[in-house]
Amino acid sequence: MSSWQVIQQGLPLFEKGFGLTLWLSFVGIIGSIIVGLICSLLQYFQIPVLSRLASIYIEISRNTPLLVQLFFLYYAFPVFGFKLNAELCGIVGLIFLGGSYMAEGFNGGFDGVSKTQVETGKAIGLSRLQLARYVVFPQGFTLSVPALAANMIFLIKETSIFTVIAIPELTNTALDLIGMYYRSNEYLLMLVIGYAIILIPLSIILTILEKRVRYGTFGN
Amino acid sequence: MAKQILKVEHLEKSYRENHILHDINFSIDEGEVVALLGPSGSGKSTLIRCLNGLEPYQKGNVIFNGKPVVPTEKNWQKLRQQIGMVFQSYDLFPNLTVLDNILLGPVKVQHQSREAAKATAEKLLDQVGLREYENVYPRQLSGGQKQRIAIVRALALNPELMLFDEVTASLDPEMVRGVLNIISKLAQDSNMTMIVVTHEMNFAQQIADRVLFLEDGHILEQTDGTKFFVNPQTDRAKEFLESMDF
Ligand SMILES: Nc1ncnc2c1ncn2[C@@H]1O[C@H](COP(=O)(O)OP(=O)(O)OP(=O)(O)O)[C@@H](O)[C@H]1O
Ligand SMILES: [Mg+2]
Repeated sequence: MSSWQVIQQGLPLFEKGFGLTLWLSFVGIIGSIIVGLICSLLQYFQIPVLSRLASIYIEISRNTPLLVQLFFLYYAFPVFGFKLNAELCGIVGLIFLGGSYMAEGFNGGFDGVSKTQVETGKAIGLSRLQLARYVVFPQGFTLSVPALAANMIFLIKETSIFTVIAIPELTNTALDLIGMYYRSNEYLLMLVIGYAIILIPLSIILTILEKRVRYGTFGN
Repeated sequence: MAKQILKVEHLEKSYRENHILHDINFSIDEGEVVALLGPSGSGKSTLIRCLNGLEPYQKGNVIFNGKPVVPTEKNWQKLRQQIGMVFQSYDLFPNLTVLDNILLGPVKVQHQSREAAKATAEKLLDQVGLREYENVYPRQLSGGQKQRIAIVRALALNPELMLFDEVTASLDPEMVRGVLNIISKLAQDSNMTMIVVTHEMNFAQQIADRVLFLEDGHILEQTDGTKFFVNPQTDRAKEFLESMDF
């Protein structure tokens, strides 16, 4: 079979895998941003107990590999009577991992707002909440955009690890096809192209967005 | 007798074991202009920041309008509407237009109607000659213009006392005059009570009713403005004035 035929043969499965990678990434990223934002707000406002829990979660999440988190969800959880299907495990795992990265991204942005801006806000009588709403958050979100963007790309790449729990996303599809037809060159090429189609446009869009948001907030 | 606006009694301030301000005592009456002078590191900024609660202090009292301030963040937050402060770094909020910078306090903190607050803001903008800039963002302004807006932003709350901490120190020389004129006018025309930290000795002499001379966290002398610059009471103040090429 010519390479072209091999590629055509794999195309339908690849399309499915591609769609699944996109979908899992999308849900995982949205979930991570929500979890991250909640954790970051708990820490910013130093909510008793909850902020402490948030930092414990962040430590655990940042210091264990996704692979281990997935194994835990997929193999250890059922022991306690929870049985999640593979895809759900993947999404939960990705959000568990991404939530802490996003939280750190938001935290970095809020910390990046200069102390003098905060003091000036206080000096005109703003309350803590008003200071957050009108000064720290608008500027802090802008400052956190580059970190959030990097995290998105990182999380998309991490979905390749889902292959270990047999979710038929891009990487899993490629490995399966190679196993079936023993044509690794073609399928690895398709795999690279598949990720490139997602990641390259995304990273271009994110770079433009970063500049726009930055200009909108700080004018440079 | 003029009404006393602010009184400071036996104020002590340290950063950890580092004692910065020692037994600070002074008061300021309505309409009075006090220049707070002293060498770099003497504690001028620290002192002025204690007066609106931006720095906590360990001992002593700040008495505002006859009432001792119970120094909780909540109390200071309320008082900051009456005690305006302008900093060296002006720090306009880059995410807001000039007008929104000015309206933030009156509308959100004092719950004035936007229309009323806007009318006041525009009057103040007229006074500093920047009315046509109300809809631009701070990034489009020069340093001097930013500082004038920062002054307007503080004045928009209609404070009873204004604190200025080296507001011209980061400006290009040609911008300094304009900002100092605004402060002078505020003293003369509006009879604003204020405490001014500055390195501009000519300006201080022109504006100050009284000088507090600070060194190493001690008030070495409190002298009438007319007297301080020609005949300071302490040798340290004399040396200081000489070092300032005055
Ligand atoms: N956050 C801080 N932590 C510890 N020490 C501080 C802090 N801020 C100021 N100091 C110290 O307090 C002393 C007084 O500083 P301050 O800034 O009040 O002086 P200043 O008179 O305003 O000087 P300048 O004319 O340079 O502005 C200095 O010795 C400084 O090192
Ligand atoms: Mg200072």
